Amino acid sequence: MTEIELTVNGRLVRETVEPRLLLTDFLRHGLGLTGTHVGCEHGVCGACTVLLDGVSVRGCCVLAVQADGGRVETVESLAGRGPLTRLQESFRSHHALQCGFCTPGILMAATELLSRGTPTRGEIVDMLSGHLCRCTGYTPIVDAIEACVDSTRAGGGGA
Amino acid sequence: MKPAPFAYTRPESLAEALAALADGGEDAKPIAGGQSLVPALNLRLVRPTLLVDLARAGLDGVAANGVLRVGATVRQAALGREERAHPLVRAALPYVGHVVTRNRGTVGGSIAHADGAAELPLCLVALDGTVVVDGPDGRRTMAAGDFFVTHFSTALAPGELVVETTWPLRKVDEACAFEEIALRAGDFAQSMVAVVLRRDDAGVVTAASVAVGAATDRPTRLPGVEALLVGSSGADAAADAGALAATLVDPPESIHASARYLRAVTGALTARAVERAS
Repeated sequence: MTEIELTVNGRLVRETVEPRLLLTDFLRHGLGLTGTHVGCEHGVCGACTVLLDGVSVRGCCVLAVQADGGRVETVESLAGRGPLTRLQESFRSHHALQCGFCTPGILMAATELLSRGTPTRGEIVDMLSGHLCRCTGYTPIVDAIEACVDSTRAGGGGA
Repeated sequence: MKPAPFAYTRPESLAEALAALADGGEDAKPIAGGQSLVPALNLRLVRPTLLVDLARAGLDGVAANGVLRVGATVRQAALGREERAHPLVRAALPYVGHVVTRNRGTVGGSIAHADGAAELPLCLVALDGTVVVDGPDGRRTMAAGDFFVTHFSTALAPGELVVETTWPLRKVDEACAFEEIALRAGDFAQSMVAVVLRRDDAGVVTAASVAVGAATDRPTRLPGVEALLVGSSGADAAADAGALAATLVDPPESIHASARYLRAVTGALTARAVERAS
């Protein structure tokens, strides 16, 4: 067993874990943060994507012990119990989800992408190549993310 | 699935990491980004008894002094943003997995894993880079062409670690191109080709590097194609270079593609890369 200490959604967490515990299972079973979904568990589907130290990573391909000392953000960090973020609102208005299984992972990857500047539609599509969605056909997801790029520009970068 | 149990240690220096690997014996494995290893753990394709995490081993530096020296645990995404990196590397990196895996996956990890369909090993061989390894018998530097043996197999001795790779910088008379075909964006390549050409003032090719991967079991230079290109303009010999390349590879058949198709694709990618390297 190994003791780890990390920040999850702004909260300091200290736990003793088995080295083989995946970050996804630590978040879901250990902390009850079930917004992070588990799909394939071998790095193909992207459903488990979370932010680790500000960049998107596959939660199923990171051991919890590797996140020791790090800062993890999950889909629960976006809106919490408050109003939806602009990106989440955009997913809703563009019908960018149906069953919603892939949505938390895509929201986190898109959050990172948008934080890096003003991605082109091509860059959004390239980012989405790491995520499987079996409902939407992807186009509404690309539209939803692209709309946030435009509104950021129009808003002069304001929040 | 979930990994089988293992012990875990995260040393604070390279010396401690090497000692931990030596103590752990043949079932100890180093872990860096884990983007190949953790999926293999999850599927229980590998069952190490000890993982030695290199995150704090001090292997994350990048320096340029004649060549670009890239520490083993430098993230692939960081290399992609590195302006001093050879344009061939920057052209190939978008093909390495996905944004999310490049954020975590390391340069040294990709080299040491030695997947025959991996882009970074191909670029290192095409550019005549080197692999610096450290281990029980001390530090040594190997030519990239000598490092890769076959799929997932390298010249690393037991207990040795890749600590750094060195990448030649772009020469002023160089042009390059990278071409790849895969079933889906970000998926493993079916075939890929890297071409680097040097030309004199008259536009005549004076030196050529042509390397193919995925259709071969390791990054493979094609000296016959390189010789064919020297003395040409590049573009005027592209079709011949492709036709010759297609005869020089012997790809394994799979459910996705016949060997004949993969040979044809490798030829087409070679011709295209030669044409674009101008």
